[in-house]
Amino acid sequence: MHSFGYRANALATFAVTILVIMCAMASFSDTFNTPSPTARVEVLNINWFQKQLHGNDEVSMTLNISADLQSLFTWNTKQVFVFVAAEYETPKNSLNQISLWDGIIPSKENAKFSIHTSNKYRFIDQGSNLKGKEFNLTLHWHVMPKTGKMFADKIVMTGYRLPEDYR
Amino acid sequence: MDWQGQKLAEQLMQIMLVAFAVVAFLTGYVMGSFRMMILVYAGGVFLTTLITVPNWPFFNRHPLKWLDPSLAEKYPKPQPQEPVVSKKKPAKK
Repeated sequence: MHSFGYRANALATFAVTILVIMCAMASFSDTFNTPSPTARVEVLNINWFQKQLHGNDEVSMTLNISADLQSLFTWNTKQVFVFVAAEYETPKNSLNQISLWDGIIPSKENAKFSIHTSNKYRFIDQGSNLKGKEFNLTLHWHVMPKTGKMFADKIVMTGYRLPEDYR
Repeated sequence: MDWQGQKLAEQLMQIMLVAFAVVAFLTGYVMGSFRMMILVYAGGVFLTTLITVPNWPFFNRHPLKWLDPSLAEKYPKPQPQEPVVSKKKPAKK
């Protein structure tokens, strides 16, 4: 501690070490938050449902997505990425996931929303298995904290069914 | 900066930084604002730097009392000196 440089160096090192501890504590404080998000997705309309020229089924639908994800936000949350996926089983694959819509929620104020939209990404099956197919719509989210580990969870909504015929 | 001053500077630096960290964390947590925590802590680090890094006069209140050179030359060199002097020399480097 005998010179300006020594003192500056000691201070900077110690300050950054403490900053790391503070960030770790902030990240740890997230474990005291027990989120209770809710979500509801309605299929309002099947706009069209057809077989593409090369044989894959494609659906276009209008969705109403409403969710309340406010309880995911803590003081250490930067943003939340959320997406709705259609999930179904085919003879070849036990789980098919197709992202239909996604969004980034930047703040707690925007975390309660209701969106009326047609699917943002195309709902195309690898094959022609979609006729009369029962599927789940799952709301997945990834919480991105300011410091610490990213974590994810989901709400599965069951009991949706595609029409028996192309239209 | 003298020996006492160096000790004081180091202790001040450690105590101030830890105190500001505790205050910053509590402020941030209570206000629910990560930004607030960082701002309070940054302010604390800045203040601590101002206080402990420059060589302020209050770090120099205990100057070392060296023997007068004319007095020292009266004695042969290898003769053991006062313990205070011989102890400081290797530490100073």
